[in-house]
Amino acid sequence: MSESSLRLVWVYPDLLSTYGDQGNALVVERRAVQRRVPVTRVDVRSDHAVPTSGDIYLIGGGEDRPQRLAAERLRRDGGLNRAVANGAIVFSVCAGYQILGHEFINDLGRPEPGLGLLDVVSTRGEGDRCVGDVLADIDPQLGLPPLTGFENHQGITHLGPTTRPLARLRVGRGNGTGDGTEGAFNDTVFGTYMHGPVMARNPHIADLLIKLALDVNALPPVDDQWYDALRAERIAAAVQPA
Amino acid sequence: MAANSEPLSPRAKLAVTAGRAAAAVSRAAGKGSGSVIGGKVALRFDPDLLARLARHLDVVLVSATNGKTTTTRLLAEALRAGGPVVSNALGANMPAGITSALAGGSDARFGVIEVDEKYLAGVARDVAPKAIALLNLSRDQLDRAAETRMLAEKWREGLAGSEAIIIANADDPLITWAASSSPTVVWVAAGQSWKDDAWSCPSCGGVLQRPDDDWYCGECGFRRPTPTWALSGDHVVDPYGVAWPIHLQLPGRANKSNAAMSAAVAAAFGIDPKVALERMFKVQAVAGRYDVVSFLQRDLRLLLAKNPAGWLETFSLIDGPPTPVILSVNARGADGTDTSWLWDVDYTRLAGHPIMVIGDRKLDLAVRLEVAGLQFRVCANLDEAVRAAPPGRIEAIANYTAFQDLRRRVGN
Ligand SMILES: [Zn+2]
Repeated sequence: MSESSLRLVWVYPDLLSTYGDQGNALVVERRAVQRRVPVTRVDVRSDHAVPTSGDIYLIGGGEDRPQRLAAERLRRDGGLNRAVANGAIVFSVCAGYQILGHEFINDLGRPEPGLGLLDVVSTRGEGDRCVGDVLADIDPQLGLPPLTGFENHQGITHLGPTTRPLARLRVGRGNGTGDGTEGAFNDTVFGTYMHGPVMARNPHIADLLIKLALDVNALPPVDDQWYDALRAERIAAAVQPA
Repeated sequence: MAANSEPLSPRAKLAVTAGRAAAAVSRAAGKGSGSVIGGKVALRFDPDLLARLARHLDVVLVSATNGKTTTTRLLAEALRAGGPVVSNALGANMPAGITSALAGGSDARFGVIEVDEKYLAGVARDVAPKAIALLNLSRDQLDRAAETRMLAEKWREGLAGSEAIIIANADDPLITWAASSSPTVVWVAAGQSWKDDAWSCPSCGGVLQRPDDDWYCGECGFRRPTPTWALSGDHVVDPYGVAWPIHLQLPGRANKSNAAMSAAVAAAFGIDPKVALERMFKVQAVAGRYDVVSFLQRDLRLLLAKNPAGWLETFSLIDGPPTPVILSVNARGADGTDTSWLWDVDYTRLAGHPIMVIGDRKLDLAVRLEVAGLQFRVCANLDEAVRAAPPGRIEAIANYTAFQDLRRRVGN
């Protein structure tokens, strides 16, 4: 990372910010600042080049046509791929998650190439949209408490051999493959279907990204009382829907 | 002008009667006003009833994501200068509710009809309106599956051949896209505070450039049309350049925008802007919105905000600090069950206000406010939140079912 501050890049808010995923940037920023880590946040619109010097890149969910436009522009731009080659961290949600894979089905019903940053391929499900609260156990390798989130999508994401599921489902449809997986990650690139936004429900994920960026093993504690209360409520709601 | 010369057919009369009976039964059973069930029964007797009822009227349809109920009220008041008006003033804005409202106004000359966004094209086909007012389109968590841009596209297709005069907000690129395939459009610079659903060109997908109040696509040339009417501060400027003062009891920029649109529509019906705007002053609270009620020795102003654009407009009209603010959010069916939209709302605008948080999803709000760096207090219910504030004015902002809960508790 840069010496002076954590560079947080929010990718394409003009196309991929439909589902409140801006919240992920707000939570990462807040929790870094609470640890006295200064943050420089860069919001990159899709008619601008994606900077390659960022530490953490966030990319959110969006509708079908903006998703295709975002994939086209990110491929042409190449900045995000160069940033990852430099060791940058990327956290992606829903439509953004699909874009990071090898391929997804676009709004015209055709396969659209992604960025190949995650070894996944996405298709579109036939049945109802997956909508509702999700509860899952995050890969033990990451050492995080359970994942809670809200899913609202029709995608199916198949994981290839060089990526691991982010979590194992207890409640919800996640990757939609029926094998109980949700999301994917490898090294520094993460993908999930969880909204909520996911960092508001799982602040430990925000902390994980900050730790990876700072290359430290621990961060000073912050007051998590409202996050904890929200997590308890949503986990209960997932287990026992109203 | 519509003439009342053509009487309703026996079948239509029977349908209206059946609808009234069903509505009366519904009311007697304590199930609300009965307007929707009445309309459903009537439409079953005569599927063409809506078209038949509308044939006797000069109809204007009003649709938008935000402000359609208020605008319908303002416009109905304005058009009463020209004759009796029938209107679905209670906000029952789908075909059954509209049918029921029209069936109640056999002597009317004008029909002022609020229409749900999803039904606009169909209702426009059925009732052959003289005018259609299109105010704004933005994200609403209820329509997650129906992309906002797709809605604009459907409007565009549905209105392409319409003979109605379209009165459209030129400051909203999605509204402009929806309206610009119609032969007759009156463009109104009615303003748009929320811009985050229109950064992509609706025509080609290019990035819209939005310097100051202008907007255009650098790639395909789609751009803001030149308006003939404009909202300018506290005035409506008409096509002759005359500025008419807006005097409303309703607060906020958004309602001035609604008034400007209503004045432009009224002019299309031959009502002078001066007369139209003066009549709009009569409109007070709309279905409890903006009402100030006395509760536990405080004056509670009830404000409804259902989506990010609505919250943004609401923040701009509340009294400044240190006026306390109560926020209430639910996520029941009628609200949309996903609360992610809270993160599209800029709550830092509330800095300096004492903030009390209630509602089914108060914990989502608590995390949202914590991350915004605000001080707040989570309360068990409205009474506790009100008691946490000193006597005087309190602004209470709530989303849809939370607003109904507030009204019920304060007896409004
Ligand atoms: Zn364009």
